[in-house]
Amino acid sequence: MRPILFKILTAALAGSALAAVAAHAENPAVRNCTWCHGVSAHGYSPAPGLAGQQYQYLANQLADFRTHSRDDPFSKQYMWGATENLSASSARDLAMYFSKLPSKPSNDGDAEVVAMGRTIYQEGMPDSNIVACVVCHGPNAEGLGQIPRLGGLAYSYLKRRLEQWAEGYDAAAGPPMPDISRKLSTAQINALASYLSFIK
Amino acid sequence: MRRVEAMGRKSWAWTTPIFHLHRASCIALLTLAFVGTVADAEDKSTASRGSVQAKLSYCKDCHGASAQGYPGFFPIPRLAGQQPEYLKNQLRAFIEHRRTNNVMFNVAHSLSPELMSALAANFKALNPAPVGGAPRRFIAEGKKIFEDGLPEANIAACAACHGPDATGTGEIPRLAGQLYPYVTKTLTNWGKERGQNPTEPDTSAIMSPVAHSLSKSQIEAVAAFVSYLR
Repeated sequence: MRPILFKILTAALAGSALAAVAAHAENPAVRNCTWCHGVSAHGYSPAPGLAGQQYQYLANQLADFRTHSRDDPFSKQYMWGATENLSASSARDLAMYFSKLPSKPSNDGDAEVVAMGRTIYQEGMPDSNIVACVVCHGPNAEGLGQIPRLGGLAYSYLKRRLEQWAEGYDAAAGPPMPDISRKLSTAQINALASYLSFIK
Repeated sequence: MRRVEAMGRKSWAWTTPIFHLHRASCIALLTLAFVGTVADAEDKSTASRGSVQAKLSYCKDCHGASAQGYPGFFPIPRLAGQQPEYLKNQLRAFIEHRRTNNVMFNVAHSLSPELMSALAANFKALNPAPVGGAPRRFIAEGKKIFEDGLPEANIAACAACHGPDATGTGEIPRLAGQLYPYVTKTLTNWGKERGQNPTEPDTSAIMSPVAHSLSKSQIEAVAAFVSYLR
């Protein structure tokens, strides 16, 4: 009698767990995000991929959209409104949900300049006072805590972010990204964005 | 004037032209020598402002706006308030591959000695609050190890060399306010990263037996303790 009861209970639990995951993906708040960010949250231009992004980074961005401290044009146009009525606990839930999804590389950079991008990322360019991104962002551009994953994000998104810091947007995020970005040439930005877009 | 006095009050030497000429030429020579020294000092021993400021800003991209350090994927140490002699020794160790770090080798090998001195002086003057973040429950044990050492393991008190306030001296580094993940990683990996040229032992050899003898929890304790020191 007992083994059967155990099997029934296990099956019921498993069933309800599966139902919870499926319900979460169908959760209205999540669907509001995936409209733009893609069904599997891998991004759909201009919205960046969210799958596999660092939890703390996502949570911070949602807060920065709400306070308007992240003020680049697309953020202002889309994300300020999207987060206007987002509660802190919902923001945390969403950030946690997306951080656990499997990431996928965009693979849309310029293959010709990947080598230059790899050099800048892994070694920096000390003679131009450009730091090696790897020190903060990790050997596989996976990020940590409030430092974002860059690996696999879309070429156009990465390029745009670097250019925007140099233009003075998102200054409230604080050093060092604005200072670093101002030192990068267009060719270097393109190379970095390309290299990163191919990282799994 | 003293020589004139010694010659007796009634000496009239100071009224003679040769006396004044002698005095004037002495003053002129001394002035020239002094000015010459200062000018040389500015030309030779200090790097130009432009390049120091640019290089400083570059260091701060990783080490923090006030050189307070930053817990990146790899923990980036605090440089603020660091002993200049220690900093310069480490930069040379990176260049000579006695201390293993690919990123810092790239950074250091294009720095002139003058630039290194200027950078070290700038960092010494900074005093931001510690980054913090270490588990506070480790502090009490860390304080005990720092101040009393571990006699049963033949480990001297850290304070004996690093100072009671952990600010270091000369080639002995400041530990006060150093990042917790950086100190734990450094002590844990001491033999893998420092003193990498066995034919050229350097000051890192002093810490080697200490680092090897400390247990994991002792490392965590002492790292947490120093990380909160101001």
